[in-house]
Amino acid sequence: MSSSIESLVNKEYAYGFVTDVESDTIPRGLTEETIRLISAKKNEPEWLLDWRLKAYRRWLTMTEPHWPNVTYAPIDYQAQTYYSAPRSVKPLQSLDEVDPELLKTYAKLGISLTEQKRLTGVAVDAIFDSVSVGTTMKTELAAVGVVFCSFGEAVHSHPELIKKYLGSVVPYSDNFFAALNSAVFSDGSFVYIPKGVKCPLELSTYFRINAADTGQFERTLIVADEGASVSYLEGCTAPKRATNQLHAAVVEIIALDDASVKYSTVQNWYAGDKDGVGGIYNFVTKRGKAQTNAKISWTQVETGSAITWKYPSVILQGDNSVGEFYSVAVVNNRQQADTGTKMIHIGRNTRSTIISKGISAGQGQNSYRGQVKVLPKAEGARNYTQCDSMLIGNACGAHTFPYIEVANNTATLEHEASTSKIGEDQIFYCKSRGLNAEHAISLIVAGFCKEVFKELPMEFALEAQQLLGISLEGSVG
Amino acid sequence: MTVPYTDQFAAFSANGGGEGPAWLPALRAQAFERFSALGFPTTRDEDWHFTSVTPIAERTFKAVKAAPTALTLSDIEPWLVDESWQRLVFVNGRLEPALSNFSELPAEVQVSTLSEALREEPEWVKKHLGTLAAFDRAAFTALNTAFMQDGVVVRIPKGEVVEVPLHILHVTDTQAAGAAVHPRLLVVAEAQSQLVMIESYVGLGQASYLVNGVAEISVGDGARVDHYKIQRDSLEAFHVGTVQVTQGRDSIYHSFSYAAGAALSRTNVYTKLVGTGGEARLNGLYVLDGTQHADHQTFVEHLAESCASRELYIGILDGASHGVFNGKVYVDPIAQKTDGKQTNKALLLSDKARIDTKPQLEIFADDVKCTHGATIGKLDDQALFYLKSRGIGSDNARALLTYAFAAQVLETIEVDALRLLLERAIFARFTNLALE
Repeated sequence: MSSSIESLVNKEYAYGFVTDVESDTIPRGLTEETIRLISAKKNEPEWLLDWRLKAYRRWLTMTEPHWPNVTYAPIDYQAQTYYSAPRSVKPLQSLDEVDPELLKTYAKLGISLTEQKRLTGVAVDAIFDSVSVGTTMKTELAAVGVVFCSFGEAVHSHPELIKKYLGSVVPYSDNFFAALNSAVFSDGSFVYIPKGVKCPLELSTYFRINAADTGQFERTLIVADEGASVSYLEGCTAPKRATNQLHAAVVEIIALDDASVKYSTVQNWYAGDKDGVGGIYNFVTKRGKAQTNAKISWTQVETGSAITWKYPSVILQGDNSVGEFYSVAVVNNRQQADTGTKMIHIGRNTRSTIISKGISAGQGQNSYRGQVKVLPKAEGARNYTQCDSMLIGNACGAHTFPYIEVANNTATLEHEASTSKIGEDQIFYCKSRGLNAEHAISLIVAGFCKEVFKELPMEFALEAQQLLGISLEGSVG
Repeated sequence: MTVPYTDQFAAFSANGGGEGPAWLPALRAQAFERFSALGFPTTRDEDWHFTSVTPIAERTFKAVKAAPTALTLSDIEPWLVDESWQRLVFVNGRLEPALSNFSELPAEVQVSTLSEALREEPEWVKKHLGTLAAFDRAAFTALNTAFMQDGVVVRIPKGEVVEVPLHILHVTDTQAAGAAVHPRLLVVAEAQSQLVMIESYVGLGQASYLVNGVAEISVGDGARVDHYKIQRDSLEAFHVGTVQVTQGRDSIYHSFSYAAGAALSRTNVYTKLVGTGGEARLNGLYVLDGTQHADHQTFVEHLAESCASRELYIGILDGASHGVFNGKVYVDPIAQKTDGKQTNKALLLSDKARIDTKPQLEIFADDVKCTHGATIGKLDDQALFYLKSRGIGSDNARALLTYAFAAQVLETIEVDALRLLLERAIFARFTNLALE
């Protein structure tokens, strides 16, 4: 490894700052009392508390799963803090009331709310630790009937929708981390697009974990009513800390007949240092259910987290529904990722596309794990899967575990996977054209990931490409 | 819960199974202990996710009665394939010298039963037997190791090229109904030697029995072993077979696995490329109907530089049959310049047929080229249309395309008589016509 590359490897995590905001944090540990406390702090109705408690009791009977291809020290669930809210939060009338410290944090993250509000026309629901601090563009959205607010707010303003859809795609009993999330989730976003409405703005949420030793358990629920469509972006960062922080989120998407939902994530949680100390454990359950002619598309760029473990999935329930999964997952240093998707074909003529690009560098371990399941009634189902892995350096690993289960003979499935080294001749060529090694790699990797990046909304695509560059800098010597 | 086969193992140990050099009963006991600890695998085991062995686990197969066989040469004639092949014929797990003929093998090549080899060269056998096929995590291999009796030991000395194929034919008939046989095969091909071997399993009469075979094959530096496994057991039978290979420098191991028999079959082909420049070619064809279930599992471990592996598995599934293919390629950090390719294709002929496939790559070295591909579908409508437009009837067009689908892997068989046999069998099966 050349010295210039060495220095880039050691490049600091740019988002690792801690914001000094007085926060309202509950004591560590998890008991029924904790849940009651969270629920009371959020002034929740009785039915929601009951639901949380049911989830908690179920969680107690479950054991932490260990089948993913990742290793980590045991998590002490009693050492976590399950709720942390910036003290200054109170019902806000406008962004001007937001703590200037917080606004500065977002400015550092490059998502200044005011800027975005004015310039980009993107509505942002920013989640700081556990509570949503400000939601922009609410009025513009309200004009077409779109509901975009924090989960906590939606519980009060649209209880009937929450009641109807909460847990309808990811039930609290789904898995260990979904049960934990259901018990202790603190906030998240709620989106409802009414019948036939095409959401005029791209909705965006920014997550940030600030307080030490807190887990972030947000819950996102997106409901696109018949014929509605929406594009939703999610970005994540966390400060640098030597301890591991747990992030166990749940995202549920409901796309009713003819609806279309596009969900894009740029995940850049703190990945730990080069020796693997610290970093976020990103254990997330994301799933969507598509009804007749509906479409759900997941796009993810995973560059951060010490451990990423998530499988954004689509249940293709209705006839002619479409599921898509576009993913770029990058691991460097000691990062581990076990990510992929599930496409469950239930309805007739359902189609799914999976494009997964894994990049492993340093001592990173990257696994694609995906399931494509065609049930007996899914006549004419179609799946195309392509998962490619690129290896940079000789200490990393790339793994592929696809599960293809077909019980209908009119289905057509294609699965292709390849693993190869970053092309030395390509690097050489770029260098001969005057690019340095980092730029060359950046260019080659961007080309490798092009099919996924083109699915991202414009401003995210640029950010993703830059993130990728930073994550990989110095990985080839 | 009581451990199945405990009484049988005690009886077996007291009567014959306790014989041989001192290390052997100890190995058997150790294997049985391991089997007791593991129990039969369940679908919760990742490697058995799609295959339930409940039909095997819920009953206790008895030991085969040592009775003389009534089978004559004419009974087994159809299964001999080629008269010139040297053959060892086993009936219900026991070697039948009267039906066997391997006198034309070169004198340097040692082919003997396990018991003979144990008598004559116990130290040599000890060095190899049970060292390749580990049983600490494989219940069926442990069970075989505990009960193995009449096995075949083949030793090809350095540089010896065996021109004529060696056929090991396992015939199981109704005498073995309800019983289990545990065939064992040990092949040591020393440096630069070559061997072509056909291991076939047939069932005479529709008996329900269990074949639980283990083959250990060591392919020395520069050596080549071609191993054809032809499984045509009774449709009531259960077949579990594990092949564990270790390959030296610049060696070639070529395997072809054909599965058309048994109600439930599982074939494991595992190879370790431990020497530089080795090559593994693993191919297979499974043709199923009714409620048959066939599971193929391959595992190629690239443990040295510049090795290549090629896999092609083809499945044709009719009726309500269930096919499983689970292929894993592991590339060790040391195994730079690995070139791996794995393909699994399945054709579903009926709306009740099912396929589950899991092609996996685990790669820890960077300078490698590894790909896998899987396709699943029905016959190509366009191809059917084309054939029909040329005046070929719908049924014949389907039959032709189905045959062609199988032919792409049958082409890899290098023993002419065997390739013809299977080509004819597939052709007849799908066309009701004979192939000239």
